[in-house]
Amino acid sequence: MHTILEKKQLSADVFYFRVTAPEIARNRKAGQFILFQLDTDYGERVPLTIADANAEEGWIALVVQAVGASTYKLSLLNEGDKVAAILGPLGSPTNISKVGTVVCVGGGIGIAPLYPIAQAYKKAGNKVIAIIGARNKELIIFEDKIREVADELIVTTDDGSYGRKALVTEPLKELCESATPPDEVIAIGPPIMMKFCAATTLPFGIHTMVSLNTIMIDGTGMCGCCRVIVGGETKFVCVDGPEFDGHKVDFDNMMKRMGAFKEREQEDNHKCRIGRTVA
Amino acid sequence: MPYRKDSGLTVEHKTNEMLMKEAEALWSELQGKTLTPKDRAGIPLQDMPSRDPQKRVREMDEVALGYTEAQARVEAERCLNCKGAPCVKGCPVAVPIPEFITCIQKGDFKAAVDVIKQTNLLPAICGRVCPQEKQCQSFCTVGKMMKAPEKAVAIGRLERFVADWERDNDKVTVPPPAPDTGRKVAVIGSGPAGLTVAADIRRAGHDVTVFEAFHKTGGVMVYGIPEFRLPKAIVAAEVDNLKRMGVKFKTNFLVGRTQTLRQLLDEGGFDAAFIGTGAGLPKFMGIEGENLVGVFSANEYLTRANLMKAYDVERAATPFYPAKRVAVIGGGNVAMDSARTGYRLGAEKVYCIYRRTRVEMPARAEEVAHAEEEGVEFCFLQNPTRILGDDNGRVRAIEVLDYELGEPDESGRRRPVPKPGTEHVIEVDAVVVALGNESNPLISKTTEGLDITKRGNVIVDEEQKTSLPRIWAGGDIVLGAATVILAMGEGRKAAASMNEYLASLGDKK
Repeated sequence: MHTILEKKQLSADVFYFRVTAPEIARNRKAGQFILFQLDTDYGERVPLTIADANAEEGWIALVVQAVGASTYKLSLLNEGDKVAAILGPLGSPTNISKVGTVVCVGGGIGIAPLYPIAQAYKKAGNKVIAIIGARNKELIIFEDKIREVADELIVTTDDGSYGRKALVTEPLKELCESATPPDEVIAIGPPIMMKFCAATTLPFGIHTMVSLNTIMIDGTGMCGCCRVIVGGETKFVCVDGPEFDGHKVDFDNMMKRMGAFKEREQEDNHKCRIGRTVA
Repeated sequence: MPYRKDSGLTVEHKTNEMLMKEAEALWSELQGKTLTPKDRAGIPLQDMPSRDPQKRVREMDEVALGYTEAQARVEAERCLNCKGAPCVKGCPVAVPIPEFITCIQKGDFKAAVDVIKQTNLLPAICGRVCPQEKQCQSFCTVGKMMKAPEKAVAIGRLERFVADWERDNDKVTVPPPAPDTGRKVAVIGSGPAGLTVAADIRRAGHDVTVFEAFHKTGGVMVYGIPEFRLPKAIVAAEVDNLKRMGVKFKTNFLVGRTQTLRQLLDEGGFDAAFIGTGAGLPKFMGIEGENLVGVFSANEYLTRANLMKAYDVERAATPFYPAKRVAVIGGGNVAMDSARTGYRLGAEKVYCIYRRTRVEMPARAEEVAHAEEEGVEFCFLQNPTRILGDDNGRVRAIEVLDYELGEPDESGRRRPVPKPGTEHVIEVDAVVVALGNESNPLISKTTEGLDITKRGNVIVDEEQKTSLPRIWAGGDIVLGAATVILAMGEGRKAAASMNEYLASLGDKK
């Protein structure tokens, strides 16, 4: 059991939770994720990237968007409530070294897991330029935290309600074209954003990592549910990833696979909404 | 209700009541009689009562219902109590088979189960999932006398009967552990190997913690083997017995990530560790279309349906993939489990595609029979060449190639040889790949100096010791994908060696 120490609402359906998980906090590294489960009899196992952690105090931070039945249920929990199970840290940590200038691109809820990675790149002595974007101002999260660790911060919104009216790929392209192009790019966000970030950097030959968040069950390499095609080979996001060379990922296949259970999810969402009005 | 086997024969499904009445009549005839070996061998084999195929195929409840008392008494009378006990040689943990069957003949079921438990702590499980016809029963003299190995004494069914009798009548006793030694052992994985090791080591008075990555204990027995073949409650009861002995369980703990094995040994205060993590890395075929939506490893397909209870649409949050026509690739127990699960998840047609023939199938005979009764269509001598998708990237069909059997290969089975140009298409909307598992590399990758084979299996000596001091291993992580009972056999060997090592250290105050 894991106790919720703190809950903050970041936007309409995005929540920040700090939960007790001393063993995970102690061993986790940037880029790793956990699986949470609200009910060990009937609950599903949902992957979430670790957004922050404190080994001394024994907690990890998770940022969750209430998009499915389980994330919605989690969003209803409050400080002091318990999360039945958290397994982690899972996946291979980000390979962090001193490379020079690193552009960290975060989209929507993907800005949260970008934070520990940007922090680690900074700590390793890199110049960190962060680009964070969302549909509108309300959906920009973790701005202060990113600002803490980034040498430069560019904020974009689709509707121009905050920062620059652009998609994150526009400033990314300008940086690639500049006299001092980045040595490394990491992009975390919706699959379509990561796909286009990778497409943006490809002509410049700039190494670009993406962090994938596919459907998982065990998260330990046992089921193969999370498999993606990388450079023509089948890889498991849970153990081979979650980060891969964005230029090699078959995003179209991945997005189709992520939609495998869409019909059922829509039914559940429908049920949730009904629940919401009744409650 | 008559059903058709694919041989074209119509067979009568004997109801539980019919079997029970026949057995009772026989039992009253046999009681008090002195039987010659010939008389005994002449007693008809008692069929396993099972639920009606047409009803059970849409439900998750256990299919094989277990012997009635009369059936068990009659079946036990078939045993000749042979000198030299050939059946015991076929058992990986050497259960004293004639001895326990003799107890049943005397009507002492508790004594029978206690005899089994001398060497096998999980008889309710092994009675259900062991491939008896390839092990103990293949050596049975009765089967040989009848020139029909399938007419051997039904040792597995008798084992199950006494184990169920003990549990159902609240007669379960757990062996008292020896006084605490202060020594601590970490067991990695709560599958059959791990549970066996935990029991044997705890008995010797050591402190045992079992680490499990999933949220439930039991390993493959809860995520892989379906409810209709091995009810979860039975596995849970066995785990509860271990808890009563003082074994500790830590779920949601992935050794290698949550903490490494090294951390457990160096910082966690564990004196020794056993790796029993199983063969949890699914094999795929490497053919075109394998990553289409609707292609699953058997591990995923079964885990959704079993551990995550996806069949319980009202309560379970984990969905299953709705498919009307399912193709399962493979001929082992996992393939049978997947195929039968397909019908239970609402399929109208399930094919089982296997590149050899029925006789080469590695699955338990009873599972093949049950699958067939439930309407699984076997496509023998066929193997997939590619999986075809629609515009949305979803499976629409599987293309297969015909094979014929050639010369025997190194395994002694006749090698399947492809017949070029015989490609044909079977329309399906889901494909389940049940071609076995390789070893999960997590522990070996995160434990420096642990020697593994090219295939990733942990290398052990005859005492199950690994290349590293204080670390033993056993079960599928050593053997590659095998059976529950072989994993238990390895666990027993490892535990004996570990207990010896721990005793040499002396008690820790």
